[in-house]
Amino acid sequence: MLEFAALRLLRMCATIFVIVTAVFFATRMSGDALDFVVAPGMTEEDRIALTEYYGLGGSIWEQYVRYIGAFLSGEFGISFLERRPVADIVAERIWPSLQLLLAGVGFTLLVSIPLGVIAAVYRRSWLGTAVMGIAFLGYAIPNFVLATLLVLIFAYTLNWLPVVGNGTFLHFLMPTIALSAYMIAGLTRFTRNAMLDVLSQDYMRTARAKGLAERVVILKHGLRNAAITVLSVVGLQIAGLAASGSVVVEAIFSWPGIGDLLVESAIRRDYPVLQFGVLSVAVAVILINTCVDLAYTWADPRLRLARS
Amino acid sequence: MVDVPETPARRLRLPRFGLGDLWAEADWIQRIAALLAILLAASALLAPWIAPFDPTDQSLLSRLRPPIGFERFKDGYWLGTDELGRDMLSRGLYGLRLTLMLAMLGACIGLAVGSILGLLAGVLGGIADSLVMALVDVQIAVPFTLIALLVVAIFGAEVEVLVVVLGIYGWEQYARIVRGEVLKLREMPFVEAARATGASPARIALVHILPNVTSPLVVQFTLSFSNIVLLESTLSFLGLGVQPPTATLGSMVGIGRDYMPSAPWIVMVPAIAILLVTFAVQILGDWLRDRADVRLRGR
Repeated sequence: MLEFAALRLLRMCATIFVIVTAVFFATRMSGDALDFVVAPGMTEEDRIALTEYYGLGGSIWEQYVRYIGAFLSGEFGISFLERRPVADIVAERIWPSLQLLLAGVGFTLLVSIPLGVIAAVYRRSWLGTAVMGIAFLGYAIPNFVLATLLVLIFAYTLNWLPVVGNGTFLHFLMPTIALSAYMIAGLTRFTRNAMLDVLSQDYMRTARAKGLAERVVILKHGLRNAAITVLSVVGLQIAGLAASGSVVVEAIFSWPGIGDLLVESAIRRDYPVLQFGVLSVAVAVILINTCVDLAYTWADPRLRLARS
Repeated sequence: MVDVPETPARRLRLPRFGLGDLWAEADWIQRIAALLAILLAASALLAPWIAPFDPTDQSLLSRLRPPIGFERFKDGYWLGTDELGRDMLSRGLYGLRLTLMLAMLGACIGLAVGSILGLLAGVLGGIADSLVMALVDVQIAVPFTLIALLVVAIFGAEVEVLVVVLGIYGWEQYARIVRGEVLKLREMPFVEAARATGASPARIALVHILPNVTSPLVVQFTLSFSNIVLLESTLSFLGLGVQPPTATLGSMVGIGRDYMPSAPWIVMVPAIAILLVTFAVQILGDWLRDRADVRLRGR
């Protein structure tokens, strides 16, 4: 187990290193980043000063070494536009993003696990078909279309919900739904399949033969066993899905989170912010996935023994 | 001297089905999806001939006209006009055309790149294998929207850049599928027989192995096509895709958002078109996947 954990962590570090390097070369390959900060009237001295200031001088390898060194010492660069450390800018955005993320994941679990169980238990009746139909819609509707339709209906037509910002509880409703729709679709399907696998096991028949109530059989013997598989999927896929989803959703609702920051800095070409923002989200996703993977391996004795 | 017969290349997995058989076994929703897909593909292909107006033709006198059936409807503009007086129907058709073209191009690039890398990894093994699989790991670890955002922001929102981004999408899935199948097939008797008759590794890879990987690849292609449509729409919606006056369905929704309170049809027309595309492709993809996956039969 220890050996497996060490290997997993090593692989994680290698992945992060590859990403950091790829991001560096991608940003530097695109020509002179300074073109975006140098105003037309600036003199040559200003230009040199700015080059110094942003650490853009020297050959690409010198820049690379400086870049890695700066990263290791915790200096991640300065925003072209706001002239302050990117780490500060990103840090301000973490909490709103986290709030939306927790709301989204919570809502997803709350909705999709009961739906998945229902779809599995009533798979031969119209109820199961209806649930799977709804889950399918969640897959087919892109989140920006869903968000736009929600805004059109609940904000412009009915005037019930606010569109911009994250001030009150009402502000959470539309972004949370838009963010979770896709995850709900995926998790409902997955819960259903996991439940179907469990429902056909021998111990389910034994439980029924003992005379247990159907509710106890399904929830205690069925869902508990399916939950292991379901939770591992939640852990492994939701970080990535949520990261992609929140970029779009936050941009639409002007939610002051990291996703909105990324889109804004991509449009305004604020490379240092974009670079650090993408890296921090990517690293967060990788960290979460590694932790889930380790926890899952540790929790399941079959895997624990097989992998060590 | 024993005469060794030439081993013919063999197909495993599904037997061939005619289109008629496929149609017969489909349920009504899959039939609707298939018809819808044909309709959408045809209107995208024929857009230059069936569009009533030039999609960039502005007419400031007939701005923000609603679709047929509403007050202030202007004859000839069936789906209304946008903020510059351009015909929504024509723009929708051209937007659909561009969206589908970009997605098809991207999906094909991804298929080619991924399959070649997967084939190399599986056939060569060793360092090539480790290298490709390490790249696959990295690709899986990072949410693709982030990569797309970064690349488009850095290299500019050009059509070429967009195609490359869409082409990178999903390569790791193909690579994994092909590599896995190659490892499995390599030990099969018919491949061993081919090897024994002296077929070169390249011949084994292309003639004996590749044809047997087609069916999972087709399924993956359909699934990734619909994801690419979504990705392209999302990027265009955010203003990071194709730049105006050219429009894809996504950018039409993005720009139309500003006029939503007064002219909701500017958003609704492209939004519904996107829904129809993803709906059709997703159902077809699911259908193919369920057919190919024996474990799901009878569920």
